[in-house]
Amino acid sequence: MPSLNMIQALNSAIDTAMSADPNVLSFGQDTGYFGGVFRVTDGLQGKHGLTRSFDAPIAEAGIVATAIGMAVYGLRPCVEIQFADYIYPGYDQLVSEAAKIRYRSGGEFTTPITVRTPYGGGIYGGQTHSQSPESLFTHIAGLKTVVPSNPYDAKGMLLAAIADDDPVLFFEPKRIYNGPFDGWHDRPVRPWAGHELAEVPEGPYTVPLGQARTMRQGADLTVLAYGTMVWVSLAAAEEAGVDAEVIDLRSLVPLDIDAIVASVKKTGRCVVVHEAPRTSGYGAELSALVQERCFHHLEAPIQRVTGWDTPYPHAQEWDYFPGPKRVAEAMRRAMEG
Amino acid sequence: MPDGSIPPQDRPNAPKLSLHIPEPAGRPGDAPDFSALPLSPAGAAPRPAVEAAPRDTHGLAYDLIRVLDETGQAVGPWNPRLDPDHLRRGLQAMILTRAFDDRMHRAHRQGKTSFYMKCTGEEAIAIAQAMVLTREDMTFPTYRQQGILIARGYPLATMMNQIYSNASDPILGRQLPIMYSSKEFGFFTISGNLGTQYPQAVGWAMASAYKGDDRIAAAYIGDGATAEGDFHNALTFAAVYRAPVILNIVNNQWAISTFSGMAGGGLTTFAAKGIAYGLPTLRVDGNDFLAVTAATQWAEQRARSNLGATVIEFVSYRAAQHSTSDDPSRYRPADEFDNFPLGDPIARLRRHLTGLGEWDDARQAAAEADAVEQVRAAGREAEAVGTLGQSRPSVKTMFEDVYAGDDWRIREQRQEVGV
Repeated sequence: MPSLNMIQALNSAIDTAMSADPNVLSFGQDTGYFGGVFRVTDGLQGKHGLTRSFDAPIAEAGIVATAIGMAVYGLRPCVEIQFADYIYPGYDQLVSEAAKIRYRSGGEFTTPITVRTPYGGGIYGGQTHSQSPESLFTHIAGLKTVVPSNPYDAKGMLLAAIADDDPVLFFEPKRIYNGPFDGWHDRPVRPWAGHELAEVPEGPYTVPLGQARTMRQGADLTVLAYGTMVWVSLAAAEEAGVDAEVIDLRSLVPLDIDAIVASVKKTGRCVVVHEAPRTSGYGAELSALVQERCFHHLEAPIQRVTGWDTPYPHAQEWDYFPGPKRVAEAMRRAMEG
Repeated sequence: MPDGSIPPQDRPNAPKLSLHIPEPAGRPGDAPDFSALPLSPAGAAPRPAVEAAPRDTHGLAYDLIRVLDETGQAVGPWNPRLDPDHLRRGLQAMILTRAFDDRMHRAHRQGKTSFYMKCTGEEAIAIAQAMVLTREDMTFPTYRQQGILIARGYPLATMMNQIYSNASDPILGRQLPIMYSSKEFGFFTISGNLGTQYPQAVGWAMASAYKGDDRIAAAYIGDGATAEGDFHNALTFAAVYRAPVILNIVNNQWAISTFSGMAGGGLTTFAAKGIAYGLPTLRVDGNDFLAVTAATQWAEQRARSNLGATVIEFVSYRAAQHSTSDDPSRYRPADEFDNFPLGDPIARLRRHLTGLGEWDDARQAAAEADAVEQVRAAGREAEAVGTLGQSRPSVKTMFEDVYAGDDWRIREQRQEVGV
C-alpha cells in the first residue's frame, strides 16, 4: 500500500470520485491547469479533462452559488476555497442557501456539495491564511462540518463527503498536509512517509462521517481534538506524562457523542483543544455536551485550550497557537482539579 | 504644520466636497414624472441575428424593445408573430394571475394568512417567459413570478395551501407565504434572501451544459437586488463559462420604498450592466407581452445554440405595494401606475387581440368571470383544509428534512418536544 501525504491522499480521493461518477467535478481558484496552490487537484484536469477540473473566478460566493446550482441539477461538485480565511464571501450562499434548500423545498431540491478548504495556523500565514472558522458552520442546521487529521482519513472522509447527500464543509488542516506536526515548532517535522495512517489504499473506501477515532487509549483524562490539534495533544500527553485518551473527533457535525460520553465517563476528566478563538468556539459546545451528559462522572472542571480571542497574529504565532506546552498545562490542571 | 499637512483654515479656496444622495423624481403629493426613463417608439429597436456578437447588441441596452404601439398594433422586427391561441392563453393567464393576487390580498386582509405579495403590472414578464420556456427548463424566480406557475397550470389550491401554511402545504409550512417550490413545474424554491438564486441559476445552466443536456435556466432579479454581489458573480460566471441561462432583470422601479436610482438606475440602464461582462444585452418593454416573448425567444435560441447567456432588463412598474406589510402612499406619488408610460400589460394585450379580431368585451368579461370562479373554487378547496392557524403540518415535520439522514441532536430535540 502506498504511503501518501495528506495532499496526495486528498488528490487520490477526488480522482477516485471523478473516476467512479461522471457527476463529480472539481473547481476553484487555481485548481485547474495548475492543480491548486497546495497541489490537491494536481493532474486532475489532465486526466479527466477541462470540463471536470477547472479554474474559477476569484469570487467565493460565485463558486459556492454555482456549485449549489449544479447540485440542484444533479451533479456532485467538489469545490475548493483556497484558504478558509476567504470563505466569508461564500458564507451567505452556504448558510442561507445550501443549508436550507432541502428543508425549505420540502425535500424536493437538495445540494450535495463538498466545499474543501485549507484552514488553521502554524504556517506563518498571518491573519488571512491561518484562521479556523469551523464553528461558524457547526452552528448552522443543514450543514455538515468535518476535519481529517491524517492521510487515511482524509481520503476516506472526502469520498464520504462527496457521496453525502448534504452539503459538507471539509476543513483541511494545512499545517499537517506534509507531516503530523505536533506543535513543537522548533523541532524537525516528521513527514507522513512511513506513518501507519499514511498507508492509503489506491481504490475507493469511505470513512463514515460522524465517527470519532480514538488515537490513544488512556485512563487519566479525555482529550477532545481535531485536525492539527490531535497531534499536538498526543505530544502534550507525553510532555505532561499523563495517560490521556486522545479522541480525534474527525467530524464535528455529525458528532460522535457516544464515543465522547463513553470516554469521559471512563476517565472523569476532559480537555478540549482547538486552534480557533475560545469564545463561541466549538469547544464551548463540546464542554456543554460533556457537562450535560457526564456531570456526575466529572472529577474536575473541563479545560479548554484554544486560540486567543484576538485576530491571528504573524510575529507572535507561537504565542497564539495552542502548542503542546499549553495543552500539557491544561492536562495538569485537569488532573489537579 | 510640523507633519507637512495644511490645516483647513489655510485652504480657504479649496472647493468644498458634497455627498450626493439620489432622490426619485416624485414623492407623495407630487405629479408622477417618468421623463428620466429612456423610451423608444414601438418597432424602432433593431433586431440583431441570434448569432450576433454580444457587442452588436450593446446598443439595445439603451434602447427599449417594443412591439405593441400606441394603438395596439404589433410592429417592427421584434414582432414574434404569435398565433392568436398563444396570445389568448397568455392573456387568460395574466387575468387569472391578477384575480389570484386580488383574492389572496383580500385573504390577508381577512386574517387568513400572514403575508402576501402581488405582481400587479408585471404579469407579462413571468407569463410570456413561461410560455417560451419548457417545464423541463429551470426557472430561478423571485417572489413576484407567480405567473410562471399559473401559466403552467400549477394547481391554484396548492399555491393557496402554501400561502395558508396548512396541512396540505407541499413545503410543510416551512416558508413565508408565496415562497413556492415545484421541481415538477421547473420552479426553483424561492429564497427570501434577495439575489442568491441568480448565480445558482448560472450553476444549474453550467451543469446542463456539462452534461450535454438541452435544457436551459432562467433567473430573475429585481432592479434593487442588482446591487448585490450575487448579481455580479452571476454575470461573471455566466459570461466566463458561456452558461445557457437567461438573466432577467425585472426593473419595476421600486425596491420597497427605495427607487431604482439607489441601485444606480439613474446613471445607466440595468441592461447596460451586462455590457462590461461581454454579455449580450436587451432592454425590453416588460408590459408588452409580445416584446417579452420576442426577447425571450431570442435569448432562448442563443442559450440553446451554445452561445451562452443574455442579460434582459424588463422595464415595468410595481403597481401594488411591495407586500401586505407595505404602504406605498408613504413614499411615492399615488397615481404613478396610471401615468406609467408603458401602461398595463393586460390592457395592452387585450387591445392587441381585439384589434386582430380575436377578442372582444364579451370574451374579456367571460375570461375575468372564469378567472374569479377558478380562484374561488381553489379557495374553497384550500380553505376546506384550513387557513393559517386553523390547520398546519404536524410539529414532527419541523424536525424533518434538515439532513437526508438521521441526526441524533434533532432526534433528541424532537423527543424533547414530545412528537
